[in-house]
Amino acid sequence: MDFTYDSEQNDLREAVAALLARAYGDSEVRRKVTKNDPGFDEKVWTQLAEMGLLGLPFAEEHGGMGAGPVEVAIVAEEIGRVLAPEPFIEAVVLAGGLVDAVGTDAQKGELLGAIAGGTSVPTFAHAEIGTRWTASASAVTATEAGGSWTLTGVKEPVPHGARADVLVVSAALPGGGTGLFVVDGEATGLSRTGYRNIDGTRSANVRFDGTPATQLGAGGDQTDAIERALAVARIAYAHESVGAMDTALRTTTEYLKTRKQFGVTLNKFQALNFRAADMYVSLELARSIALWASVVQLSDGDVVTAADRARLLTSRTGRHIGKDAIQLHGGIGVTAEYKVGHYTARLTTIDHLLGDGDFAADRLAAKVGSYPTVDPLGAPYA
Amino acid sequence: MQLQLSPEMQAFREEMRTFFTTQVPKEIRDKGAARRHPTKQDFVTTQQILNAAGLAVPHWPVEYGGRDWTPLQRHIWREEMQLAHVPEPLAFNTSMIGPVLAQFGNQEQKDRFLAKTANLDIWWCQGFSEPDAGSDLAGLRTTAVQDGDEWVVNGQKTWTTMGQYADWIFCLARTDPTAEKKQRGISMLVFPMDTPGVTLRPIELLDGGFEVNEVFFEDVRVPSENLIGEVNKGWDQAKFLLGNERVGIARVGGTKGMLALAKELARETTYNGRPLLEDARYSSRIAEIENELVALELTALRVVANSADGKPHPASSVLKLKGSVLQQEVTELIVDIAGPLSVASFAEEGSDVPDWARVSAPEYLNYRKVSIYGGSNEVQRVIISGTILGL
Repeated sequence: MDFTYDSEQNDLREAVAALLARAYGDSEVRRKVTKNDPGFDEKVWTQLAEMGLLGLPFAEEHGGMGAGPVEVAIVAEEIGRVLAPEPFIEAVVLAGGLVDAVGTDAQKGELLGAIAGGTSVPTFAHAEIGTRWTASASAVTATEAGGSWTLTGVKEPVPHGARADVLVVSAALPGGGTGLFVVDGEATGLSRTGYRNIDGTRSANVRFDGTPATQLGAGGDQTDAIERALAVARIAYAHESVGAMDTALRTTTEYLKTRKQFGVTLNKFQALNFRAADMYVSLELARSIALWASVVQLSDGDVVTAADRARLLTSRTGRHIGKDAIQLHGGIGVTAEYKVGHYTARLTTIDHLLGDGDFAADRLAAKVGSYPTVDPLGAPYA
Repeated sequence: MQLQLSPEMQAFREEMRTFFTTQVPKEIRDKGAARRHPTKQDFVTTQQILNAAGLAVPHWPVEYGGRDWTPLQRHIWREEMQLAHVPEPLAFNTSMIGPVLAQFGNQEQKDRFLAKTANLDIWWCQGFSEPDAGSDLAGLRTTAVQDGDEWVVNGQKTWTTMGQYADWIFCLARTDPTAEKKQRGISMLVFPMDTPGVTLRPIELLDGGFEVNEVFFEDVRVPSENLIGEVNKGWDQAKFLLGNERVGIARVGGTKGMLALAKELARETTYNGRPLLEDARYSSRIAEIENELVALELTALRVVANSADGKPHPASSVLKLKGSVLQQEVTELIVDIAGPLSVASFAEEGSDVPDWARVSAPEYLNYRKVSIYGGSNEVQRVIISGTILGL
């Protein structure tokens, strides 16, 4: 058992933190960037590519860095720390992760290389109105004719779906099951309407109308691969949440130390300090479980259950810290002009992207009777 | 990074598990599993078995029976002991006065007490809290006045856990009432509980048990050689002792055991024609507690890995706070599983209510104590907000 970062990992964190601090150290910059499409800074995206971060989890033969889940976690946490709006998890971890897991060698060479180089910003078009966080698709259907596939139906909300140049799309297969397809952003029969999310990132309504598509990998039902990819993304989001919670708490304690009322700084009031202490407890528990989930992934353990555990706790703690960060600031916490509320907005969005706390709790609850105790260092996690 | 324990630590864990589950009498462990209190003899028997195997005081200095283990080994030792429902070595002996004697005692005191303390040949109790000195311990008013070769002790202590079994007491008393800071004029004295002038009054707790006592001192004469450390420096020993008290206080293993029991009970209890364990409200309540327990265990492992030179990591306050809350949540869960049967706390022969349901409400009420002792959770919040967050 070893949960300590090695020196290379510490160096990576330092480098990423420095890059992102230059970009978004001033929270006003993020506010301006997210006001305009595509909701992130293409120049920062290029810088992330130049540092090798956009190919971090992919094999070197496909243009990546061949790094592991802990390195991905470090980047995600640093993104959360400054709320960098670049879609690292959406494009690299989730869409790229699916290509990496399912794609043919040719698809990996083409798509992953372009992601790593920063020239492609793909998305995973999966959510459908009327469903909640399933691993399958129903509203978009796939049809095969003469050896080629077309897709029909609507996906929404699709993360940065208007900006994405490549869409990895889940679709109901004619014979049952859910397949994965690649759709070019320029494809015929594809229409996209983008909009701004509460946290400043972007989503889109994406319509397929007999849109030509290519099977990702060998085809067939990919529900299990989707489930796993969603789990890996949930773990990455857990780290982004930890980074965001850390800054939300730090911002709050700084505020308590400087803001004066009744002639004294707010940290003279025990009622406020105690709430901050409880936020710290939540943060440390969240940090522990997020890191653990990444190490489970590294050990090739039960990543789906580990992700549910990380999701459940970062949902609960994210709400706790996000809400109290605003409350302890008072009115200024509700303004868009001050940064702390943006952290709560992002945590709220993350909480609903790939499953909320109740969703994860339900899945864990279905299994609690099947074992007496959990050993986080043993089976099925190790 | 690596998830699994190293092969050496896996072997160590196996060794501990095997020892606890084979060398400690089954009837003692079964009592723990059934949530019944161990007797005085159970504590003595267990600690002497552990001590003979070098497992009672591994955290002491090696010369007095310690093992020079890593923090992770101590963690595994404690967790495995709790998981096996083994009564832990008496904290007053092994976590409190023993380490104080080893650190602050003179050679004569070490020779006189340490071996017997490790083997529970002497049963110690704690004379710290007073009616007007709880969280504000330094406000204590028990006095010790020098009279020739003796100290004469007068005053009252309270919350003295298992004082009725104790042979000796370690006691904080005010030896310099004129000291400017109230922390400055305190000394630590030890003396037998059967010294003339010592009387004990058991306090009945909400669960009907007698676990704590008031102890009164009336002109109790204590030989000078029974003063530990330096005169008027007792506060240093008190702080040292209280710091040790929080080590291992997350009690993850114990809570895991209780939660496993709760699952079994929920499986055996029927509600609307189905096991309660299949009721969504109960299964998700269990899942939430279990998930926080996983996070707590992982936090404890992080703290263990980062604690240097035996000093408690500041985040150990997190362990105390969350650990106590989770213990309480599981006892609450078990009362709720017992449901209507939980009222039958003092049923005797002739009742069909199972034992576990009878003890569920008493235990739930008794466990209110865990967020109060060892530094109340509010004191932990003061530590976190002050020491860690700088507020």
